[in-house]
Amino acid sequence: MRAFTTHCGIVAPLDRANVDTDLIIPKQFLKSIRRSGFGPNLFDALRYLDEGVPDADCSARPLNPEFVLNQPRYRGASILLARQNFGCGSSREHAPWALDDYGFRAVIAPSFADIFFNNCFKNGLLPIVLDTEIVDSLFRQVEATGGYTLTVDLPAQVVVLPDGTRHGFAIDAFRKHCLLHGLDDIGLTLQEADAIRAFEARQRVESPWLQGA
Amino acid sequence: MQPRTLYDKLWDSHLVKQRDDGSALIYIDRHLIHEVTSPQAFEGLSLAGRKPWRLDANLAVPDHNVSTDPEERKGGYAQMKDEVSRIQLQTLDDNCERFGIREIALNDRRQGIVHVIGPETGAVLPGMTVVCGDSHTSTHGAFGCLAHGIGTSEVEHVLATQCLVTPRMKNMLVRVDGRLGAGVSAKDLVLAVIGRIGTAGGTGYALEFGGEAVRELSMEGRMTLCNMAIEAGARAGLVGVDEKTIAYVQGREFAPRGAQFEQAAATWRGLVSDPGAVFDRVVELRAEDIEPQVSWGNSPEMVSAVSATVPDPGAIADAERRAGVARALEYMGLRPGMPIGDIRVDRVFIGSCTNSRIEDLRAAAAVAAGRRKADSVKQVLVVPGSGQVKAQAEAEGLDRIFREAGFEWREPGCSMCLAMNADKLLPGEHCASTSNRNFEGRQGHGGRTHLVSPAMAAAAAVAGHFVDVRQMMNG
Repeated sequence: MRAFTTHCGIVAPLDRANVDTDLIIPKQFLKSIRRSGFGPNLFDALRYLDEGVPDADCSARPLNPEFVLNQPRYRGASILLARQNFGCGSSREHAPWALDDYGFRAVIAPSFADIFFNNCFKNGLLPIVLDTEIVDSLFRQVEATGGYTLTVDLPAQVVVLPDGTRHGFAIDAFRKHCLLHGLDDIGLTLQEADAIRAFEARQRVESPWLQGA
Repeated sequence: MQPRTLYDKLWDSHLVKQRDDGSALIYIDRHLIHEVTSPQAFEGLSLAGRKPWRLDANLAVPDHNVSTDPEERKGGYAQMKDEVSRIQLQTLDDNCERFGIREIALNDRRQGIVHVIGPETGAVLPGMTVVCGDSHTSTHGAFGCLAHGIGTSEVEHVLATQCLVTPRMKNMLVRVDGRLGAGVSAKDLVLAVIGRIGTAGGTGYALEFGGEAVRELSMEGRMTLCNMAIEAGARAGLVGVDEKTIAYVQGREFAPRGAQFEQAAATWRGLVSDPGAVFDRVVELRAEDIEPQVSWGNSPEMVSAVSATVPDPGAIADAERRAGVARALEYMGLRPGMPIGDIRVDRVFIGSCTNSRIEDLRAAAAVAAGRRKADSVKQVLVVPGSGQVKAQAEAEGLDRIFREAGFEWREPGCSMCLAMNADKLLPGEHCASTSNRNFEGRQGHGGRTHLVSPAMAAAAAVAGHFVDVRQMMNG
């Protein structure tokens, strides 16, 4: 996994609550057996005026000029500013894969759905929870200022505004450690192989019906 | 010992290691696998040169992409019209064969939706930890299991280590006292719960359902409840074990037998929240207050009683909510204030991991019996959740009732719940659907989904618009 330390980038505002993972990456693209290449279909139904089909050349499709990512001022955005309950619905990891493939490195919202939130960390994409009032204020600033950027400093756990204002955010220590060092958590878990085997041996005695069927 | 919730008991009995940094390793007893969220996990395993930790913990089945057309199904993958889907399905078969994982293959009579066949085969047992790369894994909580969806990276992690690194959830109890009225089902109950607490109301919680109305539900009804816990934001739903749970499990293919079954059942009877256990949040509902529900928007919380009217965004004070409702009404093509009963339906879908079990099909058939679908309704799909459900329904003559009503009787699969196969809505079409999500485009690009119970779906098919199924039962 790619490490995340500090990132500064253009912010794109997606002003809509309860953005579900079907909206982030529609199901027809889930037929792929690959992990990459989902970026052109990120927010497909919002981004294009026609219906997306797998493996089509998206560069030739009609864009929806109303959609935020199609506006020139947000070209190259790498931080997505979102509303509450971002990433609700399906467990598809294709959602963080699509955000990552498009070029996003962080998503800021007042709240996230649990499974999406967890999936982000596995892909070096940092979901950041900030208070609703702060997010409201960021929406106003982004919309009022062309080329608005934020700096995300993971070691210090702060989001830094262009005027130097700093907003702290919480992150669980294990996830922070894995992100900072780009660690494969399967490797870490396998270091506990003895504890796993001991658990299994105990379970075979206490609840023998749980293994072997 | 302090009184514990059911979730606390399941957590405690599966904790492999509590690490100093606050993270925990939890042991996974059952890992269910389907074709959509597993290929990249198997690829990752191969690239790292790893093997599955414990083969017999895994059970795979194709469901999301499969055709439900009886003719197309006969020829297996070779006859599949959609080449991209065919490759994904074939990849599941190949991976299972290569790694030695048990798979219930396409035309096995036990094949079906992963969350239907898990309990049906006894692969899921009370007290297990159950995961699957699918958010509706919450379904299995109906058996007193700690069951939730995971992403593909975690699918790989579970394959490689039989464990999950996961934070502890908080405890929520939804208690439903009293009894549901005739014609009001588990689906109406869970939609009413989501309408009450919202789609993020359960975020961070394991959501236990309790109270008289929940105890009165069959196992099928409890699965419907827990299935939609995720639509309230809760990754895991739970119902405590009782004699109904144990009776359901007995005799199933992978369930323990004889003396071991009795030993297991004695343990399972303890899988309830202790009296006095403390929940972080408690929500109370009266079953008698719940009417048949119909969703009108693009989030499962956008739901009303069938007797209600579509809300008026102008009357909503909160700006974010007002914008959300206005956007939903525009997408859904509905007028503020119009009666729910005036919404006409173009197609009807009876199926999905929420409502495709035998009890659901019986409820739909009871309404369809002796009636016909309205001429204005283009298609009514009835998709049984598994081969076993299909066989049972046919033994009871339900397929004949559906066919005589002008409904189509299909082969098992996820079908129009997420429309990865050919079963989908056309732009602008309204669908009365027994599935779980009414998101934009979920059932087809531009499609308009209304979530309802199986009986309400059948009633809408007959009437051509939403109608209170209780009126049809009385008549």
